[in-house]
Amino acid sequence: METAELTQEELFQQRIDADQRIEPKDWMPEAYRKTLIRQISQHAHSEIVGMLPEGNWITRAPSLKRKSILLAKVQDEAGHGLYLYSAAETLGASRDQMLADLHAGKAKYSSIFNYPTLSWADIGCVGWLVDGAAILNQVPLCRTSYGPYARAMVRVCKEESFHQRQGFEIMQTLCEGAPEQKAMAQEALNRWWWPTLMMFGPKDDESPNTARSMQWRIKRFTNDELRQKFVDMMVPQAEFLGLTVPDAKAKWNETKKGYDFGDVNWEEFWQVVNGNGLCNHDRLQARVDAWEEGAWVREAALAHAKKRAARV
Amino acid sequence: MQATADASALSTYSPEVRQLLFNYVLQLADTSLLLGHRLSEWCGHGPILEQDLAMANIALDLLGETRSLYQYAAALEGRHRSEDDLAFLRVATDYRNPLLVEQPNGDFAHTVVRQFLFDNFHYHFLQQLQASPDQHLAAIAEKSVKEAAYHLKWSAEWVVRLGDGTEESRQRIEKAISKLWRYAAELMMPTPTEQALQKLGLVPDYIALQPSVDAYLAQVFAEATLLIPQNVPPQLGGKQGRHSEHLGYILAELQYMQRTYPGMKW
Repeated sequence: METAELTQEELFQQRIDADQRIEPKDWMPEAYRKTLIRQISQHAHSEIVGMLPEGNWITRAPSLKRKSILLAKVQDEAGHGLYLYSAAETLGASRDQMLADLHAGKAKYSSIFNYPTLSWADIGCVGWLVDGAAILNQVPLCRTSYGPYARAMVRVCKEESFHQRQGFEIMQTLCEGAPEQKAMAQEALNRWWWPTLMMFGPKDDESPNTARSMQWRIKRFTNDELRQKFVDMMVPQAEFLGLTVPDAKAKWNETKKGYDFGDVNWEEFWQVVNGNGLCNHDRLQARVDAWEEGAWVREAALAHAKKRAARV
Repeated sequence: MQATADASALSTYSPEVRQLLFNYVLQLADTSLLLGHRLSEWCGHGPILEQDLAMANIALDLLGETRSLYQYAAALEGRHRSEDDLAFLRVATDYRNPLLVEQPNGDFAHTVVRQFLFDNFHYHFLQQLQASPDQHLAAIAEKSVKEAAYHLKWSAEWVVRLGDGTEESRQRIEKAISKLWRYAAELMMPTPTEQALQKLGLVPDYIALQPSVDAYLAQVFAEATLLIPQNVPPQLGGKQGRHSEHLGYILAELQYMQRTYPGMKW
């Protein structure tokens, strides 16, 4: 029995190495399934919790056009949550269980959403920096080994790149506007810069899941590689906007053909991951409230569907 | 966009008719703006992810309709005010939306009832408005009526589910109906502006709409096993600028950026 299991595992790794997609009905190691459920559900939760900081500005958006774009964007995030929950369901997880884990604080979501959106420029920064970081994390996932996840990510990435452009455009409009607007943009960048660098996760030597996820091609670049790419991409964009990233050590290094940059405050990173960021409590409570206050609605829909079925 | 009216088409109207039309279009724009605003407050807090998406979708449709209407109103007025000036830079007593659409979301049952009462009016109204001799209004109606048909389907289905769901959902929707019914009549109670334009044949007459609105409401309530309230004294005034206390708070949020940073581009 054990020998057969090993052979299956070897065959599985061979398929991965040959860059073949794993599909829902294929055999897979239990740990692969669990890792994916953890990662995909975390990703889905991030989309849903991520609606809150941006949703915070829908009713206060400064123009009708911006309001429409923002509402459509936040609605896209809900859509992403929906396809990601569906992708996780193909691995045998139920949406109700995934949500119960989120509400109980057992499942994580991206820590970036535990920071507050305090000005309109934050909506620019969320699109430009947060979605920019998300894209770097997510584009490689379009080639991830699990088929349904990879396919969901193709669609997610298309929409995210639109979101990123709209965020950049908000920043550009602010930077070309009145001095108050430019100051608003710089102030928001000061607050969002370091937290977005944290979005790539702990340093490689402190990231326990990286090696195996790379071996299974769930992950294709390490955290530090992606963080470097992000800095290389964003520092010139900030310069183009006439803004300064809040890191005196951010300087082009000709030898490594990339930017040097300062140390992330890992103490803050772990504080927020462990529930002690400014908004952790409120974000989770908002999700729990929506779920609990919606219980009677879901029950009514179910009861009505049963009555209807009984009548046929 | 169809609604960015060119001056030549508008010059056929006398200054008086133009003023009437301006007031009328503003009323329609304020109405969809306010209801869209209320619905957008649900974003991220809906009872089911699919319904969160549906409400955001309806809010987006209403916001699209709002923009076309304000753009047309701005053209009718001809004073170089933009859609944003009209949406964000007026005082509460100048808003012309009926009271229903500014009422708070309450629980999901309140939102559904408010939506159904509005959608049932809006859909039937837009159907008629498509035949308006005013080409801009007709074009806006033609685009919006397809969306309104979907909104009505959504809210009618939820009225039925909640009415004929569980004991709790029934109690909640009955409570919502008894709270919101008083605001329904205003939708089809014509103001002097509306009456004048109806007489000119430029906009639909509510008397002609009433039978289809009533018939569909009766059908949906029957399916939902809900009773239609009788003899409820209506609350009126929003369409003439006399609002409930809720509007001021909505405007405080809605107008915050435009008031804090006057004259800037976003």
